[in-house]
Amino acid sequence: MKDFILPPKDDRDMGTPASRSATMVTLKIDGFDVTVPEGTSVMRASAEAGIQVPKLCATDSLEAFGSCRLCVVEIEGRRGTPASCTTPVAEGMVVHTQSSKVRKIRKGVMELYISDHPLDCLTCSANGDCELQDMAGAVGLRDVRYEAVETHFQPRQNGEANPNYIPKDDSNPYFTYDPAKCIVCSRCVRACEEVQGTFALTITGSGFDSRVSAGAAGDDFMSSDCVSCGACVQACPTATLQEKSVIELGTPERSVITTCAYCGVGCSFKAELNGDQLVRMVPYKHGKANQGHSCVKGRFAYGYASHTDRILNPMIRDRIDQPWREVTWEEAIGFTATRLRDIQAKHGKQAIGGITSSRCTNEETYLVQKMIRAVFGNNNTDTCARVCHSPTGYGLRTTFGTSAGTQDFDSVEHTDVVIVIGANPTDGHPVFASRLKKRLRQGAKLIVIDPRRIDLVKSAHIAASHHLPLRPGTNVAVLTSIAHVIVTEGLADEDFIRTRCDWTEFADYAEFVSDPRHAPEATELLTGVPATELRAAARLFATGGNGSIYYGLGVTEHSQGSTTVMAIANLAMMTGNLGRPGVGVNPLRGQNNVQGACDMGSFPHELPGYRHVSDDATRAVFEKLWGVTIDAEPGLRIPNMLDAAVEGTFKGLYIQGEDILQSDPDTKHVSAGLAAMECVIVQDLFLNETANYAHVFLPGSTFLEKDGTFTNAERRINRVRRVMAPRNGYADWEVTLMLANAMGAGWTYTHPAQIMDEIAATTPSFAGVSYEMLEEKGSVQWPCNEKAPEGTPIMHVDGFVRGRGRFITTEYVATEERTGPRFPLLLTTGRILSQYNVGAQTRRTENVAWHPEDVLEIHPHDAEVRGVKQGDWVRLASRAGETSLRAHLTDRVSPGVVYTTFHHPVTQANVITTDHSDWATNCPEYKVTAVQVALSNGPSEWQRDYAAQAEQSRRILPAAE
Amino acid sequence: MTASPAEKLVAMANQIATFFDTQPGDPAEGIAKHINEFWEPRMREGLLAHAATTTADLRPSVIAALPHIRRARQTA
Ligand code: SF4
Ligand code: SF4
Ligand code: SF4
Ligand code: FES
Repeated sequence: MKDFILPPKDDRDMGTPASRSATMVTLKIDGFDVTVPEGTSVMRASAEAGIQVPKLCATDSLEAFGSCRLCVVEIEGRRGTPASCTTPVAEGMVVHTQSSKVRKIRKGVMELYISDHPLDCLTCSANGDCELQDMAGAVGLRDVRYEAVETHFQPRQNGEANPNYIPKDDSNPYFTYDPAKCIVCSRCVRACEEVQGTFALTITGSGFDSRVSAGAAGDDFMSSDCVSCGACVQACPTATLQEKSVIELGTPERSVITTCAYCGVGCSFKAELNGDQLVRMVPYKHGKANQGHSCVKGRFAYGYASHTDRILNPMIRDRIDQPWREVTWEEAIGFTATRLRDIQAKHGKQAIGGITSSRCTNEETYLVQKMIRAVFGNNNTDTCARVCHSPTGYGLRTTFGTSAGTQDFDSVEHTDVVIVIGANPTDGHPVFASRLKKRLRQGAKLIVIDPRRIDLVKSAHIAASHHLPLRPGTNVAVLTSIAHVIVTEGLADEDFIRTRCDWTEFADYAEFVSDPRHAPEATELLTGVPATELRAAARLFATGGNGSIYYGLGVTEHSQGSTTVMAIANLAMMTGNLGRPGVGVNPLRGQNNVQGACDMGSFPHELPGYRHVSDDATRAVFEKLWGVTIDAEPGLRIPNMLDAAVEGTFKGLYIQGEDILQSDPDTKHVSAGLAAMECVIVQDLFLNETANYAHVFLPGSTFLEKDGTFTNAERRINRVRRVMAPRNGYADWEVTLMLANAMGAGWTYTHPAQIMDEIAATTPSFAGVSYEMLEEKGSVQWPCNEKAPEGTPIMHVDGFVRGRGRFITTEYVATEERTGPRFPLLLTTGRILSQYNVGAQTRRTENVAWHPEDVLEIHPHDAEVRGVKQGDWVRLASRAGETSLRAHLTDRVSPGVVYTTFHHPVTQANVITTDHSDWATNCPEYKVTAVQVALSNGPSEWQRDYAAQAEQSRRILPAAE
Repeated sequence: MTASPAEKLVAMANQIATFFDTQPGDPAEGIAKHINEFWEPRMREGLLAHAATTTADLRPSVIAALPHIRRARQTA
């Protein structure tokens, strides 16, 4: 199969953003007729006609600013020389972009810039990739007539230290700021404001004294508010803001479009390389999810791919107390296949299973579940999506009929009121957060429902209208109260409900929520949310125009996770907020391919496309193609597998790209389950925590090393393209293929495109998807089939997938996990921007500069009564276990609530979390654990034991020759 | 903290019942359907075996659901 060649996409900088107007205007530029939407700048119109007007301060990701005056043109009938970037087109306009007058002006402008710029182009890191250089060429600058007396770039001038000279700031691990090369075009400042929305940069001073400055006086980039998204680096026309990797490795010469492997936003990137040396990742401006933006993880944190910790050779051992032995792929695969078949012979077909990865591609996930169903012969497949978004699947399927978010990310541009519940987008889904913040700055209203005062509640130029700081575990009570207000105050959208939903079910639901016990005044005591705030928030959502709801793991990871998802769906239906841009129910997915892993049949009860294994027709489709009989019974879910292992009926587990020991709740239970198995196979990049209990380690490959697709939170199928050869020798799908074939599968795939063809042939919502079509369209949102050949940006437009929308009664049931005298505080967990999930990748990059360890956020009041001061080591104990970490005092959390992240294995926050789980899906209740906090003097005994065990089991014997 | 396998199944079944008990219609039907759809045969058999010894720890609607829980086909 030949590799696909990318069609050339127009990557030119058009100077100013595209206009969205539907009214077209025709004008003449340099004698050519050009027709563009009203509101387009003369600069962009020229670019459309293939004419590049010289420019420095304009770039098409930012609003025009008009400061450099390099882009001047002449317009017939107008006086002077207007700047083309700030001049909108008009019907019949006649523009000349070249005349002796404008040429002279442009040369003069360039002369001024160049006279205050070091002329060390040959050794400059931006050589060949510098707009200042390009423009000097474009305007025909041949000499600089005056020598500046005062400059910004010379460390010494006129014999003494130059007070205008500011040395390079290389505090950020990924890029440098070299003020000597700055032309003060303010593109960086505007990018930080308009694109990222952080407002970390300002221009201080004016005229000759104006400088770019990060944070306040005395700050450098690292100590400022900068979140290292790279937008400013991207916008900078010179070498002033420059990736350190480019400084080190030189300008890249080729590029491949691919998709970020970190979070569910699914940003598109241009991987830029020299040969097979990755030089930098640049956000791709035609990426539909990110539109040229990125966050610190996708843009910079790819160093893990070449980290020395990566394991590149397969390893095996008979028992987990032995050191690892490096072996050939052949031996490792043979050993594994034999062991798994032996287990099945001894303990039955059902004694083994596998876990698919939300980090791997759709094709890889599909193959793992196929191996389990067709080769293992059972349905014991699950995915770590179990521990994050399984309630989304259950809840949205029950109410709307499909297990996915209803919108595309573009939808946020049309929203008027946003509810963010149980999500922290600025940290978890940064690029989406930037798009949301942009809309908020344009005036959309925000309601935050979260126990913590997350950044969105208040940060530069945005503030939530309402923050409902609920007690962890009371989501259902709060949402039901909001519904109570909407129904009892007559704010429900009756028309929508009558035409789109089941009216009798609504009537039942309305009666249920109208009960005075659901009134905010009644629930206030329980939820801690002031009734007046809740009422105001409910009214705002019901009456404020297009209402959208975005939610995350703070919704799903509860014992009532599925109920909460249904309460959210109810809220959207009763306010008529579905089926058009600007509205909808939007789960923010954690890992990059959570959506895809769910779509691809990772769950033990569902074949690809969310079809139950007991459905004869669906099984028949796969049985015919695969030539096997598929078990009609649901298989074991991860927690059930571990239970069965402890019980002795489950003995072998193949884990692709997951670290269940660190990511799953109740670590001790997980380790007991793993320890009870006879063959644990871990396929990963690093010796992860789970590998401490493994008998086989199969090296995995990174997203840079394989072809495939990821599906992001908006159901968008994005291509992942091989940028370099797998360092371990095989892409993950090839490893699965080898194992399956060693167990007798007889598979013949030679390229992931063939796997996608099989998915399309078997799964109706993917029927129209193929690599050819993805090459052509870039990406597509499923369902994509005969009914929707272009894909489906917005779902449920004319009717719900299930027909009529269903209202489900949402009674609040308190979690079993209660505070009491021994455990008086509630712990909730989350993540932070620079780290990702269990941190296996990000911990192996410079991102540790931002998050060297997990800390416990605790309210100063709770800290004081315990004698805890900022930075103290504290013991965090729950009914399940205890760990130690440092305390951080903050009023972001309410009294009675503590918060931590789970990015570092030494902290093992999941030693603390219990095995309570969602009633419908067993999604663990990470977000509520009753705990106690006390001063301690260092790591707990458990942490020390754990570290010792980990070290013991990570020993590797040198390869036998 | 660590519950026995049977205790876990009982807890899970009772937790499922907390949802269906509040829904309109017959909760037993909803519970049985949910368990049949999502529980692996070993788990269903485990619950039924436990219920054969005692139902004291089961919610009434779970007890009512028991006859509708599908038995595992004897395979493998
Ligand atoms: S740092 Fe770059 S983008 Fe910012 S003002 Fe200077 S030259 Fe322009
Ligand atoms: S990296 Fe991002 S946050 Fe930091 S200054 Fe640049 S644009 Fe602003
Ligand atoms: S981590 Fe998420 S937001 Fe950041 S670049 Fe990757 S996909 Fe985009
Ligand atoms: S590009 Fe138009 S004024 Fe700078």
